[in-house]
Amino acid sequence: MPGKEATMNKLKLILKGIIRENPTFVLVLGMCPTLGTTTSAANGFGMGVATMSVLILSNIVISLIKNLIPDKVRIPAFIVVIASFVTVVQMLMQAFVPALYATLGVFIPLIVVNCIILGRAEAFASKNNAFDSALDGLGIGLGFTLSLTVIGTIRELLGSGSVFGHSFGIGDYMPLVFILAPGGFLVLGYLMVLFNKLAKK
Amino acid sequence: MKSSLKNMVVVLFTITLISSAGVGYVNMITVEPIAAAKAKATEAALQAVLPAFDKTETTDLTIDELPVAVHTASKDGKVVGYAVESMTRKGFNGLIRLMVGFDAGGRVLNVNVLEQSETPGLGTKMTEEGNPLFASFKGKDPGEMKLSVKKDGGDVDALTAATISSRAYVDAMSRAYAAYKQTVGDAWDGASGATATSGATKTAAAGTSDDSEDTAAAGQMGDDARKGGDHE
Amino acid sequence: MEQISYFAIVVGAILVNNVVLAQFLGICPFLGVSSKVETSLGMGAAVTFVMALTAVVAWSIQIFILDPLQIQYMQTIVFILVIAALVQMVEIILKKLSPSLYQALGIFLPLITTNCAVLGVAILMIQKEYSLLQSVVYSVSTALGFALALVLFAGIRERLEMEDVPVAFRGTPIALITAGILAMAFMGFSGLV
Repeated sequence: MPGKEATMNKLKLILKGIIRENPTFVLVLGMCPTLGTTTSAANGFGMGVATMSVLILSNIVISLIKNLIPDKVRIPAFIVVIASFVTVVQMLMQAFVPALYATLGVFIPLIVVNCIILGRAEAFASKNNAFDSALDGLGIGLGFTLSLTVIGTIRELLGSGSVFGHSFGIGDYMPLVFILAPGGFLVLGYLMVLFNKLAKK
Repeated sequence: MKSSLKNMVVVLFTITLISSAGVGYVNMITVEPIAAAKAKATEAALQAVLPAFDKTETTDLTIDELPVAVHTASKDGKVVGYAVESMTRKGFNGLIRLMVGFDAGGRVLNVNVLEQSETPGLGTKMTEEGNPLFASFKGKDPGEMKLSVKKDGGDVDALTAATISSRAYVDAMSRAYAAYKQTVGDAWDGASGATATSGATKTAAAGTSDDSEDTAAAGQMGDDARKGGDHE
Repeated sequence: MEQISYFAIVVGAILVNNVVLAQFLGICPFLGVSSKVETSLGMGAAVTFVMALTAVVAWSIQIFILDPLQIQYMQTIVFILVIAALVQMVEIILKKLSPSLYQALGIFLPLITTNCAVLGVAILMIQKEYSLLQSVVYSVSTALGFALALVLFAGIRERLEMEDVPVAFRGTPIALITAGILAMAFMGFSGLV
């Protein structure tokens, strides 16, 4: 059994992904899905969970096989592992949540080139054990999911006057631009400003 | 680990092999659920656009180079309606697929958007209930309408700020109607060249088998479809 | 006839559905590389080159290997490996054949593998069932759209450098807000085709 301090450390490993190393607001990684899929809270959440699953799985596998891979082919080997998990997630989503899969569209296969995943493989999983890597993946994944859900909620609320699909009946009066492309950039930009302000304190 | 040509090749090859095997395995176990999910979606769409039925028969046609499937629904051996799976590539972001329900007389019962990737909040309004596009078609025989959006001189109310999506919708609707006509012509007179694949031949086919009013309607439909094409 | 005119593809990909400003692909290099007009041009050129090659290779693989063998589900894995290999190859060939061009584009090439616009376009052109020629035209116009967005953005950012931006806005936030305004401007193109 790990001691209390060890447990605290593990917990920190998860928490740091949510605030201090938040992939969206602090590390500024994975911008394409962040902007492209957050037209509603549910879409952002779904994308976050899909990315998190790939991240945790690839982190575990990469940390397990890290010692077997020659340095020069490290990146291609990682990419193959990540692409396989992305394909698996893609097929599972197609089978069990076809509606969500249809809305997220091309962004699901594009998880492969999400810098967060390759970045964590390089920076963390290739240096740590499988358990810690899984926790790291969970933390960063939660941070990503949280950011996407927040952005999605704000855009959905401002753009179509609903949250998670629950309409407040004000949809016709809301500025549509927030669920269109410019709104994505603007909401993310202003949220980052807010995050910077709060982090300074 | 140090790299040598041999271990690089071996490791990459092994990883690729294991990954492909894994992905292949997952593919095997998900093939059925994916097919089931698709069948369920089609079934749900059929239920949504047709009156109560107990049997459907599917015919695959090609209208204007795009595949269209016509589901002829019958109850107690009597045809109650036709559901046409139509599509267009003229959408703002590519493909739009519609399931269009016609009653036995050719009037539009309901439309279900199966697939679209239009701009959220603009073109996507075509999926909402009571949107102006569907409202323009509901309960009407498309053959008696000018099939283009009002901006282009037709009878169809477009979605606000989504003219391209609206034109695409109309395009898919006219394709669905053409398929319906072809199927009906087929049912009435088996020898009237039902395997025709182009819109022009279809009109002729309808002409040989329909009464005069319908022939005129089909001809007008064809003209408008071509006109709509020019606008794109 | 359901002919998609090449003109529609070109205008659509460059202006109406701009890859960065409307489809949100390739944001990372868009935010990362676009601080100078000159580097933006280099990146744009490198991406155009790789995208055109990818279109040909990915299309051929899809039609002649994946489709006949019915292993479309391997698409993602195969495409990303093809792109990675292509980028490597282009790098090696450029180094040998034209050192000056390599000097200009070299530093951008490794970045392209993880540019989601390249993989995204490869997947989209298959999804849209384009022919080979249409795919190439689509890829090149998308890349030109990418370059256009990058260069325009770099021009704005060069000016922005001289402005007194509030601390909390500095860096990525102001870049994103600028991009938002640019995206709004590009919305004006909708309805063009």
